[in-house]
Amino acid sequence: MSDQMFVATRKGLFRIDRTGSGWSVGATAFLGDSVTMVLPDQRDGSVYAAVGHGHFGAKMHRSTDNGESFEEIATPAYPERPENVEPIRHPYKDMEIPWSLELIWALEAGGEDETGVLWCGTLPGGLFRSGDHGASWQLNESLWNEPTRKEWFGGGYDYPGIHSICVDPRDTNHITIGISCGGSWQTNDGGDTWVCRSDGMYAEYMPPEMRGVGHIQDPHRVVHCPGHPDALWTQHHNGVFKSIDGGRNWSDVTAIKPSKFGFAVAVHPYDPNIAWFVPAVKDEHRIPVDGKVVVARTRDGGHSFDVLAEGLPQTHAYDLVFRHALDVDETGSRLAFGSTTGSLWCTSNQGDSWETISANLPPIHAVRFVGV
Amino acid sequence: MINVAFTDNIQRHVECPPCAVTGSNVREVLDAVFETNAKARGYVLDDAGAVRKHMNVFINGAQIKDRTNLSDPVPDGASVYIMQALSGG
Repeated sequence: MSDQMFVATRKGLFRIDRTGSGWSVGATAFLGDSVTMVLPDQRDGSVYAAVGHGHFGAKMHRSTDNGESFEEIATPAYPERPENVEPIRHPYKDMEIPWSLELIWALEAGGEDETGVLWCGTLPGGLFRSGDHGASWQLNESLWNEPTRKEWFGGGYDYPGIHSICVDPRDTNHITIGISCGGSWQTNDGGDTWVCRSDGMYAEYMPPEMRGVGHIQDPHRVVHCPGHPDALWTQHHNGVFKSIDGGRNWSDVTAIKPSKFGFAVAVHPYDPNIAWFVPAVKDEHRIPVDGKVVVARTRDGGHSFDVLAEGLPQTHAYDLVFRHALDVDETGSRLAFGSTTGSLWCTSNQGDSWETISANLPPIHAVRFVGV
Repeated sequence: MINVAFTDNIQRHVECPPCAVTGSNVREVLDAVFETNAKARGYVLDDAGAVRKHMNVFINGAQIKDRTNLSDPVPDGASVYIMQALSGG
């Protein structure tokens, strides 16, 4: 099992190590600054960290000594807007969608056979690729120029954002992404062309006529099973959805409990029927049901769920778990998740019992295990 | 010459010593500064070349008006201050 994880928080990056005496903070970086995403890249041992400075903008850093020190690298930058292209206005708010980087929200490694290739999802909805370990970035123009982008909109943020990027280990030209609120999209040619893959999802936050429109869906998080990449799970604003045909069709997983709202989902690395969620009271509240932090786990493809609570706070706990703050390691046995109130929990038995690593970290954005 | 100084807060991320450059408007002045300090550009301006939302530029104590195209004139001998806006209380 993995004995190391990185935790990106509102006030810094923490490397958490497991030693003979248990879990503890082994390294810190960017203390006081918001780290919006982290990627331990097991292909070459690099660690990438995205920092969101309130005043100075988003920046990208890379470590080659496992998080002990970082060096600033290139930040994804939107190319100059052509003079003949009008800016897009938000479809429902009186504001312009910026043509510049607002936030780095997703960071994923390319395939095993393409060391140095990185994919980066951003607000206001641009997808970037680097072929050189982040020394330079290119905006995916095809997706940025997708005509339906003018109908994408923000969920929690004002602007749409790409939060999920799944690179198919069988074919690295096959990539599935998730956009809030722009639905799930897929390319089979490395990003030259894209097709919306949200069939079966529904949006209760839209008028009835628009509930089934693919490119206005709000998947909070889209993940695939690395061992069976045609199996995908989505925690959506309006429930849990599952696909077994590579995202062509999504089915509503209604057995989820204690609630169908949440942000995070993790899927077992090679058993597509095992997935974990951290449910919460739906959108206008965003707190744990009855003040109890629980994890919902299915082991039968979503037909039934266990509600796992052992070791988690069960009285007056108001921890919310963001979409990137739940991770499973390569063995599928160890998981960790962190909350908006700075708690971090870990299990080594697929969630049957949990231990508290810390209750005092800053608000947690992302948790990611280092590969074993 | 134009004297350019930066907020202390930016120094934690990128070294920005005071400098003297030439230029007749804000764009020319900042371009001249960033010509010798390329890393600082992205901390002050966004991808589109506009002043970041939570940054401010002052000429002789007066805030610039054109934050997008940076066309405000800068008289010779002026002092330009690049500050962070007081945001968030």
